[in-house]
Amino acid sequence: MLRYVVRRLLWAVVLLALVSALTFAIFYLLPSADPAQLRAGRDASPATIATIRHQLGLDRPVPAQYWTYLKALVLHGDLGYSWFSQASVGSLIVDRLPATISLALGALVVWMGLAIPVGVISAARRRSWIDRLTMGGSLLLVSAPVYWLGLVALYLFASDIGRFPLLPGADSYVPLTQDPAKWFTSLIMPWLVLAATFAAVYARLLRGQLIEALSEDYVLTARAKGLSERRIVLRHGLRAAITPLVTLAGLDVGILLGGAVLTETVFEIPGIGSLNYEAIRDGNYPVIQGTVLVAAAFVIVANLVVDVAYRRLDPRVREP
Amino acid sequence: MNAAPDATAVLLEVRDLRVAFETGDGLVRAVDGISFGVRPGRTLGIVGESGSGKSVAALTVLGLTRGVRTRISGSVRFAGEELLGAPPERLRALRGDALALVFQDPLSALHPLLRVGAQIAETVRAHRDVSRAAARARALELLELVAMPQPRERLDAFPHELSGGMRQRAMIAMALANEPQLLIADEPTTALDVTVQAQILALLARLRDELGMAMVLITHDLGVVAQTADDVAVMYAGQIVEQAPVGELLGAPQHPYTWGLLTSTPRLETPRDVPLTPIPGRPPSAVHPPPGCRFHPRCAFVREEHRRVEPPLEAVDGAGAHRVACLLGAEARARAWAALGAGATPEAARAAAGIEPVAAAEEAGRSPALHGRPEARSRSSCSHTDDAGLDAPRG
Repeated sequence: MLRYVVRRLLWAVVLLALVSALTFAIFYLLPSADPAQLRAGRDASPATIATIRHQLGLDRPVPAQYWTYLKALVLHGDLGYSWFSQASVGSLIVDRLPATISLALGALVVWMGLAIPVGVISAARRRSWIDRLTMGGSLLLVSAPVYWLGLVALYLFASDIGRFPLLPGADSYVPLTQDPAKWFTSLIMPWLVLAATFAAVYARLLRGQLIEALSEDYVLTARAKGLSERRIVLRHGLRAAITPLVTLAGLDVGILLGGAVLTETVFEIPGIGSLNYEAIRDGNYPVIQGTVLVAAAFVIVANLVVDVAYRRLDPRVREP
Repeated sequence: MNAAPDATAVLLEVRDLRVAFETGDGLVRAVDGISFGVRPGRTLGIVGESGSGKSVAALTVLGLTRGVRTRISGSVRFAGEELLGAPPERLRALRGDALALVFQDPLSALHPLLRVGAQIAETVRAHRDVSRAAARARALELLELVAMPQPRERLDAFPHELSGGMRQRAMIAMALANEPQLLIADEPTTALDVTVQAQILALLARLRDELGMAMVLITHDLGVVAQTADDVAVMYAGQIVEQAPVGELLGAPQHPYTWGLLTSTPRLETPRDVPLTPIPGRPPSAVHPPPGCRFHPRCAFVREEHRRVEPPLEAVDGAGAHRVACLLGAEARARAWAALGAGATPEAARAAAGIEPVAAAEEAGRSPALHGRPEARSRSSCSHTDDAGLDAPRG
């Protein structure tokens, strides 16, 4: 098992190098605004732009730029400096991470907390009114884009602009360490909005998996053993049906930890996602590269965790 | 029967059981009026092809076929208690306790993600108010009872870590968890190697004797029945076509379908040069069963009236326990089986029994090449399968 993890981590390094090269290539090869010009401000003289370009190292050949970047990253763990705030990219990411982690993990709790009971009830009471209602509702949620849902939520419930001002709206995020109560209330709406689509997808997935599991021979065995219907569904059915959900949730959380860009932007939460969004808007290359690498690292780690967890969940695949 | 002591009273009594499923293709009559009984310490073998309704009958006894699209009628009495209309909670209390079931394929019938010991222990705890530790101790005891090798280690094994035979032992241990009065084993050895089959059958017979259980053994294999059962019911297309004590059934079988089962199975006592005779055709549709005798399209001994008249299940010789649903006369049947048992082809046997061949509707246009020359048929022994269809005269 340890050998397996080490091998996977080595692969992760290779993968991250590829991701960084690709980000680099996309940024330089695809047409975008000239970062030097963006920095120089309006009506800057060509000489100023050239100076800035030289300062940023943009006048050097692209492979040389990438080499410098990679060397700093590998030798010193240095992700470079933001072209706008002069802060180190590393410290920017560390500053933004708590908000993203709060958002992603909180949303995970909410969507699993909704999806599991809904999925179980609709599978156990298939074709009942509650099944039809929840599955119909989930279809709506699956098709609702998160930025739209976020805006609707703000419009309805935000304390500043909402029709029913119940909850703190956009730009109300407070770090947990500063004020836990405010942290919690400020995140309720983002959690619900971000979790809504996931809850819907997971509830539908769980329902399907559970219905399939309940038609297996071993469930007939459980019935023949005289177990209660509750135990049959929750222990025998759910135990088999939940495995793919757990693995999928691991991946989704990994992706969200890399930044829930839309949700963070709509609710103005200072997380990795909004950092990434701002960096792209500003042509702030080191920050883009940094946030993309962090996101990729989260996904890779999530993948590894999921694979290790899967071996725990399903004894049949324990031998690597 | 009312004067009989408990040990010999009928424990499970099934009367005119009918089970039909509503499907898009029509009403599937899986079980169509069967009756049988089992006594403690005895084994009833139910034999038939797949689709003959034997498994559905077993599941229905335990109330496991109930559903909105299922129509069930008749009577299933267990220790005097009617089970067909019993409330679900009552059936749940009986299942796994007094009534236990062993399934065909233990790999799919055991939960793949739960440890064997836990699966056995939960059966105990579903019916007995005992601690986890006590249930686990009982599980170990049960694994020892079914002669599981290294039972202590197997408690914590997952099903995929066991061999097929060990899995079936675990399955049987689970069924025995609460010392059932009736054990229904649905093809318990079909998924196993032949050598393991014999071990499992011996195990079941031993347990039946030790625990005084009544047993219903469902199988498609007459060899299994010969080895384990006391009485046999042969099922065809949802009905019982022949019912007898096992010695009688194997020694003097009465129904052409039973003959087919016997002559299509290799047996040590049949002469070595006698080829096996498969039963031609396929089991009939359960939605539109053939009129008259349901076996008639595949029967070499068919007469015109058999296509119209449904044969009742009647005692062979007045009072005996041997019953058959066949319209042939007793004498014709005796002569036909005498010929078949000696290695004759179905056609030769028919001639020996003095039965005139009749045209089957779909076979009427085919050449009656072999008609009236039984000796020619016994020589062309490789084409038995098709003979029944070939010698129909133009009609």
